[in-house]
Amino acid sequence: MAKALTGDGSAPARPAPLAVALKDAVVSGVITWLLLLPLVGFRATESGSGPLTLTTRFGLVTVFAVVVAVLRLVMHLTVWRPGREKRVAATPSALAGLGARISPLAKPAFFTLALLYPLLAVVLSGGLTPSRYWIDLGIYIGSYVMLGWGLNIVVGLAGLLDLGYVAFYAVGAYAFALLSTSVPINDFMAGHLGEGFWAAWSFWVCLPVCGLLAALWGVILGFPVLRLRGDYLAIVTLAFGEIIRLVLINWTDFTNGGAGIASIPPISFFGMPFSAGDDGFAAHFGLTFDPMHRIIFLYFVILALAALTALVTLRLRRMPVGRAWEALREDEIACRSLGINTTLTKLTAFATGAMFGGFAGAFFAVRVRFVSPESFTFIESAMILAIVVLGGMGSQIGVAAAAVLMIGGMEMLRNLSFLKSDWLLGPDFDPTLYRMLIFGFAMVAVMVWRPRGLVSGRLATIFLKERKTVSGDLVKEGHG
Amino acid sequence: MDVFLQQLINGLTLGSIYGLIAIGYTMVFGIIGMVNFAHGDVFMVSAFIGLIAFLLLTTVIGLSSIFLVLAIVLVVAMIFTGLLSWTIERVAYRPLRGSFRLAPMISAIGMSILLANFVQVAQGPRNKPLPPMLTDVIVLMDNNGYQVTLAYKQIVIMGVTVALLAGFWYLVQKTPLGRAQRACEQDRKMAALLGVDVDRTISLTFIIGAMLAAVAGVMYLMYYGVVNFNDGFVPGVKAFTAAVLGGIGSLPGAVLGGLLIGLIETFWSAYFSIEYKDVAAFSILAITLVFMPQGLLGRPEVEKV
Repeated sequence: MAKALTGDGSAPARPAPLAVALKDAVVSGVITWLLLLPLVGFRATESGSGPLTLTTRFGLVTVFAVVVAVLRLVMHLTVWRPGREKRVAATPSALAGLGARISPLAKPAFFTLALLYPLLAVVLSGGLTPSRYWIDLGIYIGSYVMLGWGLNIVVGLAGLLDLGYVAFYAVGAYAFALLSTSVPINDFMAGHLGEGFWAAWSFWVCLPVCGLLAALWGVILGFPVLRLRGDYLAIVTLAFGEIIRLVLINWTDFTNGGAGIASIPPISFFGMPFSAGDDGFAAHFGLTFDPMHRIIFLYFVILALAALTALVTLRLRRMPVGRAWEALREDEIACRSLGINTTLTKLTAFATGAMFGGFAGAFFAVRVRFVSPESFTFIESAMILAIVVLGGMGSQIGVAAAAVLMIGGMEMLRNLSFLKSDWLLGPDFDPTLYRMLIFGFAMVAVMVWRPRGLVSGRLATIFLKERKTVSGDLVKEGHG
Repeated sequence: MDVFLQQLINGLTLGSIYGLIAIGYTMVFGIIGMVNFAHGDVFMVSAFIGLIAFLLLTTVIGLSSIFLVLAIVLVVAMIFTGLLSWTIERVAYRPLRGSFRLAPMISAIGMSILLANFVQVAQGPRNKPLPPMLTDVIVLMDNNGYQVTLAYKQIVIMGVTVALLAGFWYLVQKTPLGRAQRACEQDRKMAALLGVDVDRTISLTFIIGAMLAAVAGVMYLMYYGVVNFNDGFVPGVKAFTAAVLGGIGSLPGAVLGGLLIGLIETFWSAYFSIEYKDVAAFSILAITLVFMPQGLLGRPEVEKV
């Protein structure tokens, strides 16, 4: 486990690699054994309402320790050979180079695949109804792609570490939930624009409102933290995120507390409800009614919203404000010395990022048709941040790939039922329990292995004559 | 007056626990400039280790003296938590030293999630209750049936905290290790040039911080009699708030901040609303950082170009 236990090679007579590796393997095995002993070796089990009793699992601890020792031994004899020097790449690494070569193709391919995904899902799973799982998964991933791109503006472009992004997601979701279920608004709309108008159009009317409200909250929360940087900023945004969640739980009159808001009106096809009736979507287009129409439409809505996010980000990066964001990320002091208004730059980044979070929140509310504070915990923020970081902060395609990889991967863990077979881990094994464990481990592992994410190179937005990708190793950043 | 006195006692007890955790945050921030986000979860793990050790001693071995049991539990929790923290630093933070500034922080968030879910998987998601111990109280005041009490366990908590802080103060001020630590805090490169083993000092800082958190964890377990895998996050953030309020990097500040946060929380719960007590703590964090980033006893941060 502990890396670099072996002393570095300044000693004149270097010990044999095998001896070093063996010693390291034994030491790390013992450490693992000791680490796991208290909490894996013993388990405090509840027995009815009586006191806790202890059960022991020393065998499991030993197995883990042996696995760690063997893994380290193998790694030492293969990858971590003594005297291996850590390479600092002046040019982008091979992976990044490959990425650069396929990237002109990757984007259209990715977009085409995203467009054709429902068709593929329906064809491959053999019918509309069986494809529901796959299209739901697509919507779920799409939401995270959008959230990742939204947070990417704040973290990846402006370099402001925001740990409370889920607050804006919550603002968007609650704004839509409250607006669409509010009786006075419904009555007002019914009185002035006709019965049923609000039920049909509420999502499309509320979507911009939710975005604006979230942006407003972005400014409100961004304003006090303008002077903060780095870790402090992260902690304060975390505190804000938690405050909003606690207020949502406790302000029962307004938000219905922990019980949440239910019966949010479903999405409509620009005014046509997805219902079996005569004025429904299916009847209009001469199709037989199927509840899957709504799901597929939701997929395209999130795709469009995500595409909007990506497009706006791409355009903004070419504008002065986008360049100011990137300058802010690279060096705040230099940025200020050049006469850039850092206050305004930070606030626009917060507001733009928050707005897309708000859109995603409204979409979440209309998809699930139920919001409660449970959905907006810190873990959610951490997950979105992990997507941005894993994707390589600032890279759009990287963030999208990371979202697919992470959300899809975590979802796939649910399907590992073969692990339940008797000869592996037994029928009591529940892979879903390990999702967050693996997630946390992956977050650490990715940071240690590739601190700058999958796509670590920097593609300059403005360039002289020739466009070059700059290796992430040469970029010194992160003081924003 | 009687309610006030009772809340003062409760607040100081809670504040001692926060103060012990806050020292870990403040030391690590002082020496390597990172927020050790996983520290709250290290605290929670230590409470679980304490729970296991307690069960082992009382049900399997059958010790009956509660003070002996507590002393052994404390030592066991400190050793294992120190080892855990050492490993975390080695595995998750050291490779990222010198990387860009947000990298260790993100790694620490991952570690925090990893630890909480590891405990959930290994020990189960339900609350782990212990039978109440040290239930005796001293009645300080009796005002028409409202008794102001000082529980034995509160005395134990405050006593252990004071004793530990004295020992810790001696360690930092008078021993070579403490000197090395203060040197690294001022200038790591210079300290290395002058022959201080920086890596070792940082490792020891993590171990000491974790040991203090382990004491806090055992005290927490004893005080509330119950622990859950989720219990690391909120006390962790509150202890961080305490460290910030006292001035991050300042050791007396961490203790002072811890006591203040404990008092504010109990008084807020007693006089305003118990639902918003966490909001109060989080707001103090935000307000302090925004208006007084150097805290009560900290040095203002000077930025050099």
